Amino acid sequence: MAEDEKLLEIKNLKKYFPVKEGVFRRTVAHVKAVDDITFHIKKGETLGLVGESGCGKSTAGRTILRLLEATAGEIWFEGKNLVDLDKKELREMRKEMQIIFQDPYASLNPRMTVADIVGEPIDIHNLASSKKERNEKVADILDTVGLGPEYMKRYPHEFSGGQRQRIGVARALAVDPSLIIADEPVSALDVSIQAQVINLMQDLQKDFDLTYLFIAHDLSVVKHISDRVAVMYLGKLVEVADKKELFDDPKHPYTQSLLSAIPVADPTYETERIILEGDVPSPVDPPSGCRFHPRCPYAMDICSEVEPEFKDYGDEHFAACHLLEDE
Amino acid sequence: MSKEKLIDVNDLATYFHTEEGTVKAVDGVSFEIYPGETLGIVGESGCGKSVTSLSIMRLIESPPGKIENGEILFNGKDLTKLNQKQMRKIRGNDISMIFQEPMTSLNPVYTVGDQIMEAILIHKDVSKKEARQEAIDMLTKVGIPLPEQRVDEYPHQLSGGMRQRVMIAMSLSCDPQLLIADEPTTALDVTIQAQILELMNSLKRQFGMAIMMITHDLGVIAEVSDRVAVMYAGKVVEYADVKDLYGDPKHPYTWGLMYSIPHIEKDLERLEAIPGNVPNPLNFPEGCKFNTRCQFATDKCRVDEPELEEVEEGHYSACWHVDKLEEQKAKQGRG
Repeated sequence: MAEDEKLLEIKNLKKYFPVKEGVFRRTVAHVKAVDDITFHIKKGETLGLVGESGCGKSTAGRTILRLLEATAGEIWFEGKNLVDLDKKELREMRKEMQIIFQDPYASLNPRMTVADIVGEPIDIHNLASSKKERNEKVADILDTVGLGPEYMKRYPHEFSGGQRQRIGVARALAVDPSLIIADEPVSALDVSIQAQVINLMQDLQKDFDLTYLFIAHDLSVVKHISDRVAVMYLGKLVEVADKKELFDDPKHPYTQSLLSAIPVADPTYETERIILEGDVPSPVDPPSGCRFHPRCPYAMDICSEVEPEFKDYGDEHFAACHLLEDE
Repeated sequence: MSKEKLIDVNDLATYFHTEEGTVKAVDGVSFEIYPGETLGIVGESGCGKSVTSLSIMRLIESPPGKIENGEILFNGKDLTKLNQKQMRKIRGNDISMIFQEPMTSLNPVYTVGDQIMEAILIHKDVSKKEARQEAIDMLTKVGIPLPEQRVDEYPHQLSGGMRQRVMIAMSLSCDPQLLIADEPTTALDVTIQAQILELMNSLKRQFGMAIMMITHDLGVIAEVSDRVAVMYAGKVVEYADVKDLYGDPKHPYTWGLMYSIPHIEKDLERLEAIPGNVPNPLNFPEGCKFNTRCQFATDKCRVDEPELEEVEEGHYSACWHVDKLEEQKAKQGRG
C-alpha cells in the first residue's frame, strides 16, 4: 500500500510555550512541548503517534497543521515548507490537510446544523458553485460516513458520540484532503462504538487514498490501524519503526515498558511486565541527557550527560538510546 | 465456593425520577462477592455499573435517585435498610471506595495527611498523633516516596498517579473488607496504570480485602478479576469466572465486545463492530435490551426479557439464544 513517496516530512520541529510570571508577564521559562522531532509520513500510509499525556503528541499534530506556530523547524508537504507560507497560501494548503479531534462533543458547533458543519469547509474553499450543489455534496459525504440525508437539518446534540465522530470525519473529508491528522479520534467513544469509527476510517483510507497521522495513547488501537508507529516521550521521539518491527522488537527501553504495561484482554496471557518507577517529569525542566534516564531501568552514566542521537538502526527502525550504540 | 458471602446483592433496582422520565439505571441486578476475591464489573457508559456501586455505598442522591427494590446483604446485614448514621459506620470502615478522578475526590484545601487521618479518627479510637503515624505508614505501604514529607503536602503538589495512591491509602486506612474501585486507572497513563494495578494486587494479598473493580476496559478486567459481571443497559447479562468469560463467552454482547476491540497480543484484519448505538437509558428497548444490536435477535427477544440462567457450571448468561451463538462460534471456528 505504502509507496515510498513522502507526503509529509518534518525536520527538527520545535514548539515551545512561554511560561510567564509576575506583573510584567515576563517569560521565565519554556515548556518544551515538542523539542526537535524529525520524521516523515509516506503517501497512503497510517503513521501512529503514541505517547503518554503531556508527551507533546497533540501539540506536534497541531503544529504540523500550523494551528500552532512552530518555534523552529521545517514542515514539508507536497514540496512546500508550510512554515514559510503566508495566510492565503496556508488556507489553500489546508484544503489538503484536515484534522479530526478527540472530543466529538466539543468540536462541533452546537448552533450549527450538520449540513452547515460539513458544508462550511466546502464554502470556505469555494468547492461548490451553488447552494444546491453544496448540499448535494454534503449529502454525499454524509452517506459515505454512514449517515443518511435525513440528518442534514439536525443539530449535534441530537446525535450519539459515535455519530458525532462520524460528522467530524465527514467535515474533514468534505474538501477531499490527502492528509488527515486524527487526534485521539476514538478515545472518547464507548468500546463497542470505537470499532465502528476505526473501520470507517480504514474504509475511507482505501476509497479516498488518504494518508493518516493517527495520534493516540491506546497502543492496541494504534497497533491495529497503523503501518508505522512513532513513540514520543517528553517532547522527543524515542523510536519510529514499522509496526510489526516496533511491536515485535522494541528497541528503546521506554517503548519496551510501554508495551509491557498494556493490560491484555486475555486472562490466560502471561506477560513479563516492566513497571516503570516514578512519573513523567515536567517538560519545563526536562532531565539532562536522555530525558528518559531517571525512569530507565538500564540507565548508565552517559545517559544523564549526553543526549542520545536519534538514528536509523536498520530498515528504517529509528531509535534514540545509548544502549543501542554500544551494540 | 462454600465460603460465606461477603456481599450478596439481590435483584437491586435503582431508578432516577427525572423531569424527562424515569431512568432505570440499575434494573434487577444480582451478584455476590466472597471474602478476598475480586469481582470485575465491566460495561459501557450508561450501563449502570457506577450506580450499582453507589447504591451499595448508599451514596445515591435522593431525589432524584432511589433504590426501588432488592437487597444488599453485607455480612448478612441489609444495607438498604440502614439509616445514614448506621451507614457512616460502614462507609470508609468496612466498605471503602476509590474513584476515577483522584483530583476531584481529594479536598484541595486539606493536606494529604489530614484527609487520611480524618477517616482514621472517625473509625478508630486513636489519638491525633497515632493517627498521623498511621497515615504515614499507609503512605509508605502505597509506595509514596518520602512519606514524612508528603503527608503535609496538598493534593495539587502530587501527580495523578500519586494522588490515586493517596486515595488508596485513605481507603485502606481502616482495613476494609470490601474496596470498591470505580474506574481507578481510567484517568491515568498506561505506565502509571500498570503501577496502580500492581499496587492494588499486592495490597490485596497483604490486606486480604475483597475488591469490586468497575471499568470499561476489558484488559484491566482480565488482569485483576477472579470473576466478572458484564453489564448492559442496567442489567447483568453475563456472569462467570474470568477464564470462562474470556475463553467462552455465552452472551452475544460479551462475544461481540471481545471481537470489536483491537488486541495487542494478536493481529486482526478487521474489527467486528457491534452495530448501532448504546441505548439511551430514558428509552431502553422492550424485551432483551440488546435486541436492537444483536445478530441473533428474534421476535421473542423483542418482547420477553431473558433472565440470567446458569448455562454451564458457574457460568450465567441472560440470552434466549445461547445455542445460536454456539452454532455461530463453531461455524467461525473461534471462541
